[in-house]
Amino acid sequence: MTLQARYADVPVETKQRLFDEVKADLRFRDTLYGCYECGICVAACPSARFYDFSPRKIAQAAAREDLGIFYEQLNDDIWNCSQCFSCLRCPRGNNPGGLITIMREVAINNGLASARQALEGYGRVVYKIMSTGTQVSPDMLQPNAFPDWGPHVAEISENLLLWRRALPPETLHTTSTAWEVTDRTLTELYLIWHMTGVMDMIKEVDAGLHMILVDVMEELLEDAGYAAD
Amino acid sequence: MPIPLNVLEARQLARHVQGPQTPPTEDIREKVFELEAKGEWIVQRVPEPWLPVTTKYGRIKKIPVGHTWHHKSCGQCGHIPGYSTSIFWLHRALGLDYDDPRDQTSCTAWNYYASATSNVGAQAAVAMRNFGAAYESGYFPQIHCGTSYGHYKEVREQLVAHADLRDEVRRICDRLGRPFVMPEEIVHYSEWVYAMRDEFARRRVLDLSNIDVTVHPACHYHKLVVEDAIYDPDVYGGQRTAVVSAVVTALGANLKDYSTWYDCCGFGFRHILVQRDFTRSFATLRKIEVMREEADPDVVLTHDTGCVTTLDQSQFAARAHDRKVGVPVMSESQFAALAMGAHPYRVCQLHWHNTDYRPLLEKMGIDWRERWREFEDDLERLKSGEKQFLTWEDADA
Repeated sequence: MTLQARYADVPVETKQRLFDEVKADLRFRDTLYGCYECGICVAACPSARFYDFSPRKIAQAAAREDLGIFYEQLNDDIWNCSQCFSCLRCPRGNNPGGLITIMREVAINNGLASARQALEGYGRVVYKIMSTGTQVSPDMLQPNAFPDWGPHVAEISENLLLWRRALPPETLHTTSTAWEVTDRTLTELYLIWHMTGVMDMIKEVDAGLHMILVDVMEELLEDAGYAAD
Repeated sequence: MPIPLNVLEARQLARHVQGPQTPPTEDIREKVFELEAKGEWIVQRVPEPWLPVTTKYGRIKKIPVGHTWHHKSCGQCGHIPGYSTSIFWLHRALGLDYDDPRDQTSCTAWNYYASATSNVGAQAAVAMRNFGAAYESGYFPQIHCGTSYGHYKEVREQLVAHADLRDEVRRICDRLGRPFVMPEEIVHYSEWVYAMRDEFARRRVLDLSNIDVTVHPACHYHKLVVEDAIYDPDVYGGQRTAVVSAVVTALGANLKDYSTWYDCCGFGFRHILVQRDFTRSFATLRKIEVMREEADPDVVLTHDTGCVTTLDQSQFAARAHDRKVGVPVMSESQFAALAMGAHPYRVCQLHWHNTDYRPLLEKMGIDWRERWREFEDDLERLKSGEKQFLTWEDADA
């Protein structure tokens, strides 16, 4: 039996196109300055301690333009990164974490199956941030969502309305958003998502979520005199 | 890809010409002002009075004392609301003017670092609409979240470096009817707490000399755009950021060191939400247990949303595995507020935290049973309809 490179069936043109998209990002030129092979980035990396993951390999594959390894990483590695940027300790000034941010964007833009899989169960968070302007809300603290946090979460959930009223800042008497957000603020956020192509990204990776978001945004945008599309 | 030797040689030459004492990075704030001079954007000045602090390479950063626009954190306000409440309480305790806006979105960077369902233009546009809103309010931004702070500094670098991006975001701000504004400084709340620490120490009412504290420096505070974080030769020889640690010392508590201080907390952005096996393992095995073994602290203090959440919530499951956990976690703003006599439930809202904090309160000399009884009375008044909300006046009663 011979060792078979993963994704050997994917045409090299596809791998090249995706790599070129990463390289075309305006941040790419600030992420790679060569490699000493010192391993400082790996030693500092939390994900390297728990996964078969190496920021050094990420930087080296991109620098060598090794399309085979790049494509493997694009599918199998990048979602393990913690995005803590501990790898910025690199003495050469490399930024593997920043490179991964770009690679993730390319994976999403191209609707890769691995990206869809990585975001399974994450749709409610994307919905929350895009529709309300706050990423997490008090009512997300449900025992079935955080069973490993113990009975404490159930206590919060049961007392949520009352405990939120017991907060002195007036902006925090909310349960479905982290704070009270004005309609004008939300309208502007929705326009940003539309004008920068983020809605198209969502359509590529989760058509159902896209449909729901369009529906939610439509009324506010139309009230403010904007066409939702 | 060829190694960009021209960039490396240019750096080498600059160091040779300028000498070893010159910071290895340029001062981006100079570029920000240059762009203002060219009419590209408005620079919002730090209001008087401000306090000077020193950043990593010895530059001075201006920290506004008051008149600040509070860019709140979604994770703090949503899940650990005593964090933000304590920041506001500290301002009120010093009689400082501030704005707690409703015209503010999250930076959206938690989602960006977790899912990449956004892009450079959108992220910069969100930052600039928030900065525009702050400018229109007349107040100067103070950013509560470490990720918002680090991300906005990255956005500032990208906007300064790329004219096309500036043009794109300026067009968006024009469409939104917002001014195109970059603040003179990007200020994290923990920098303000650091700058004001002596004021807090003067108002301290509790003796903390028997309280041992370990500090977790937040990654997105000191690893993103490193040259803008606060360092102080008197704190760990200037070898790690001075925020939080200097506050511990100023308040008279004992700052204890541990070997994995540089490690992240395990938050992971997407991991905390959908892959928490990693988060729990890292937070307990690489942080809390190491702290317990090497420093045995009474409390862990940190200065970011995700770090408090991760280090606090991850300890519950680890107990089932008989791991050495059980250390309460909170922000330095909550700790400083407690030291100044703030109510542990009305202000610091410790009932939202998971790991048992009551032994710490007892050691600090706080009668938590009595304070909880008072808070339960508050809740009864809310339930009966006697009051609709707890107010700042109630909090200080």
